[in-house]
Amino acid sequence: MTLLERFELGDIRALSRLISHIENRDTDFQKLLGRLYRRAGRSIRIGVTGPPGAGKSTLVNSLARLCLDDSQSVGIIAVDPTSPFTGGALLGDRVRMGDFPTDGSVFFRSMATRGASGGLASATDNVAILYDAFGFDITLIETVGVGQVELDIIDTCDIVVVVIVPESGDAVQMLKAGLMEIADVYCMNKADRPGAERLVADLRNTLQTQAMVRASATSEGKLSAHHHTLAGSEDSDATVPIIQTEAVNNKNIDTLHKAIFDHLKKIRESGFFEQDRRRRLRKKILSILSNRFQAEFVNGLASEDELDRAIDQIASGQSNPYDISAQLFEHFLNRN
Amino acid sequence: MPKKPKKIRVLLAKPGLDGHDRGIKVIAAAFRDAGMEVIYTGLRQTPEMIVDAAVQEDVDAVGISILSGAHMTLFPAILDEMKRRGADEILLFGGGIIPDEDIEELEKMGVARLFTPGAPTDDVINYLRKAVEAKKSDEEVM
Amino acid sequence: MYDKEHIEELNARLKDWDVEAEKQRAHKSLPRFFTVSGVDIDELYTPAAIDGGDDKEYYWTNIGLPGHFPYTRGVHHTMYRGRLWTMRQFAGMGTPAQTHDRFVYILKQGGTGLSTAFDLPTLMGYDSDHSRSLGEVGKCGVAVDTMADMEIIFDKIDLAKVSTSMTINSPASMLLAMYLAVAEKQGVPFDQVRGTLQNDILKEYIAQKEYIFPPRPSVRLITDMMDYCTKHVPQYNTISISGYHIREAGATAVQELAFTLADGFQYIESAIEDGQDVDDFAPRLSYFFNAHSDFFEEIAKYRAARRIFAKRMRDKYGAKNPKSWLLRFHTQTAGCSLTAQQPENNIVRVALQALSGVLGGTQSLHTNSMDETLALPSEKAVTIALRTQQVIAYETGVANTVDPLGGSWFVEALTDKMEAEAEKIFAEIDERGGVFECIEQGYFQREIARSAYAYQREIEKKERIIVGVNDFVIENEKIDIPILKIDYESERSQAEFCKKIKAERDNAKVQAALEKLRVAASGTENTFPAILDCARAYASVGEMCDVLRDVWGEWNESKSAMQVS
Repeated sequence: MTLLERFELGDIRALSRLISHIENRDTDFQKLLGRLYRRAGRSIRIGVTGPPGAGKSTLVNSLARLCLDDSQSVGIIAVDPTSPFTGGALLGDRVRMGDFPTDGSVFFRSMATRGASGGLASATDNVAILYDAFGFDITLIETVGVGQVELDIIDTCDIVVVVIVPESGDAVQMLKAGLMEIADVYCMNKADRPGAERLVADLRNTLQTQAMVRASATSEGKLSAHHHTLAGSEDSDATVPIIQTEAVNNKNIDTLHKAIFDHLKKIRESGFFEQDRRRRLRKKILSILSNRFQAEFVNGLASEDELDRAIDQIASGQSNPYDISAQLFEHFLNRN
Repeated sequence: MPKKPKKIRVLLAKPGLDGHDRGIKVIAAAFRDAGMEVIYTGLRQTPEMIVDAAVQEDVDAVGISILSGAHMTLFPAILDEMKRRGADEILLFGGGIIPDEDIEELEKMGVARLFTPGAPTDDVINYLRKAVEAKKSDEEVM
Repeated sequence: MYDKEHIEELNARLKDWDVEAEKQRAHKSLPRFFTVSGVDIDELYTPAAIDGGDDKEYYWTNIGLPGHFPYTRGVHHTMYRGRLWTMRQFAGMGTPAQTHDRFVYILKQGGTGLSTAFDLPTLMGYDSDHSRSLGEVGKCGVAVDTMADMEIIFDKIDLAKVSTSMTINSPASMLLAMYLAVAEKQGVPFDQVRGTLQNDILKEYIAQKEYIFPPRPSVRLITDMMDYCTKHVPQYNTISISGYHIREAGATAVQELAFTLADGFQYIESAIEDGQDVDDFAPRLSYFFNAHSDFFEEIAKYRAARRIFAKRMRDKYGAKNPKSWLLRFHTQTAGCSLTAQQPENNIVRVALQALSGVLGGTQSLHTNSMDETLALPSEKAVTIALRTQQVIAYETGVANTVDPLGGSWFVEALTDKMEAEAEKIFAEIDERGGVFECIEQGYFQREIARSAYAYQREIEKKERIIVGVNDFVIENEKIDIPILKIDYESERSQAEFCKKIKAERDNAKVQAALEKLRVAASGTENTFPAILDCARAYASVGEMCDVLRDVWGEWNESKSAMQVS
């Protein structure tokens, strides 16, 4: 039996082997995804992002447990960074897993970024499609969390949870970091620590101000509705919920879980859910195209020799990178 | 385009109750620095948890560290579980305070290789690279 | 200590000396001289190397006299002239009955101190009949499930006359409770019960990883017990704050020193927060350090530990009783320094390490057996280890005078350096929000893993030579060490005995006692009396731990703890 056939029969080992094929970009991996795609579309993707040490792993595992309690099967993808120097990676997200059932109702895969810089691996979205096709009700995706804003998550997930801790700084810093823009639900973890209350209040204020500014800007047509804020929404209470948790003590995770699913219900009813999936599909098609273009054409734009000669010209002061690129592009077009 | 060598994925785990993780963490760092993707599961993993993780992570090899003397119970249990899960093509290797005659017996049972204290990390890395390269797969994707 | 003019002249002459020495340095092949921990060592130490050595007060604030603040030179006036260190050899034995036999033998030989090692299931709060215990019952120590096992171990041994040390951490309260319950049955009043518990849970999160519950409730378990013992079991040393395991996990000497003392300060702060008076419990705190191979560095570490502790206890925690200022410690030679290659060389390593412990002023000492990296130690190896201590004590003459290395410019400068480096780490821990925060963030664990990896790389790159391992190797070496065989039968019988006790005891009483423990753990009342009642009712270690697991949850290492760089 082929892996695909075994996959279709629900063989976990086949799922995990196929993930590797996709990660390794083995020959025909896109054809494989194409074959599987019709089975996908049902799984809800929840992304969890936030700074290092915020407790993302613990939260993801606690959320997974609550989903299991609701008889939902769960696929988890946890991403860790690949070292740019050695190509190696230490993937440690399983450490926090504890005792999950080994009956197939939960599947956990650690992924290394392998050079991608947006907080996920470039194969993460494809692996999530595989999860979906395999039949997991919920897909939980945890970003690298190295500190910088990890934007890939908004193009991969239906719902984004941003985890912050009292040490994350003040709301203005978060605003600057772009964290405000991507959260559907805020999780203020380690809420028992000093500074948590103040940060929540601060954040709530900032979010309200922002919502007001955005509402008026949208009505004046100055600003297009952002990602998860539905255009023309009448909902004046459109501010992002902030849930205070203590993941280590398993406190309030149920509230967070509920907030996530309430949000899901809301965006489904409003139609934003479908609208956002269409936006992501559009991006996905363009991304596949651009990768393909890169692979098939860009590498043929200039040979190594041509590049060497061009650099010589720049070094000797006869040309510059802009003119050289224009010439090479012209040359390429003529050739094709 | 020349095909890049396959990325080695290896799972490192500590079964049993012993918590001495110095050795396994050193090996984890050495494997990472040798360009491998290392999945570290942490302490106190049951054979079921280890094999379940190995299957889900689709690793080439599983490395186990045991210092408590429970190796004659734990290694066979992991091998059995691998067979049960149809994952016995995954390489099982390990390290720890293990007497020679036990090493012989465990290697006969199917443990690919056992290292004892003081083994240089380079030896372990070279061993793993060769052993993974030697593995053949005839599976069809589609 | 030294006069300013003298130091100036010394510095001037050192300049000329350096010019001469430079001619000889050309021959040197090694690029760097550093300790086992990576601390750089100067070529020469003189009075000028001692920072502040030209201050008149330096001697009194930093060195002083033995038995006097800050105790750099030792905690007693006469040290080993008055009494040698205790030669305490810790050992584990399979079943309660075997342990009992060994204790009876020790007592017949005139010993009065009994030392108990427990097996991993007991240390982790699992009963012998639990599936997780399979293959580990009675290995590395004795299995104790219920008070019935404790009764076998101490059958006809008068608990008023012996002092028992128990190496146990997470379930320490349960084991002490069982010990007290046996004493009670013998008719021995609690205030006559003597001994020491390791009971240092913080270093478990940091290094040895034998933890069950999260850090904060675990420390509460300890402060509850400290409070109970202060009032009812005043001769029992409730905690031995351990750096040994921190070092074994790969820490440097400085990290061992700083992390261990930080742990100790955390217990002290937690007990003070609990409303206890520092002078009520501090005199019964003791420490446990490692003796690694870098001779002078280790000695400096012990001397610095005493000084830091005394200063903090007096100046920060306001302890008024001089006994609260004393850092008394046990030392064990470094298991991690032993090699599987040419194992007989380990005898020499152990001897030198033990000597550093003695020159550092230890109160008691365990010397490792040469075959520990191969298997459980054989009797012959254990005897050689003990003889090593006896040779140091009776033949070398090092015990004839107090702190013989005090005043060595090198040792004093290194002691100062250890203290300064430790202070830097204390500041870092404070900066990160304290010991609990650092554990939760994986700070200690990460730092230790880094040091361990760096050490290993130095060995592999031959920047550090380990005899018989990366130099002076014997090809195809044949190891001629007898290996102790492990018995699997005792595991089965122990599990059966555990089941039998559980079937025969009054289970309604057990359930009631466990329920009482649940209530105490959920609230704020002292948990120890409830644990004592559970022990009296023959509730097992596993059952008591399960109640607490249920109330407090289980701890698992964070991901950040494993990132090496």
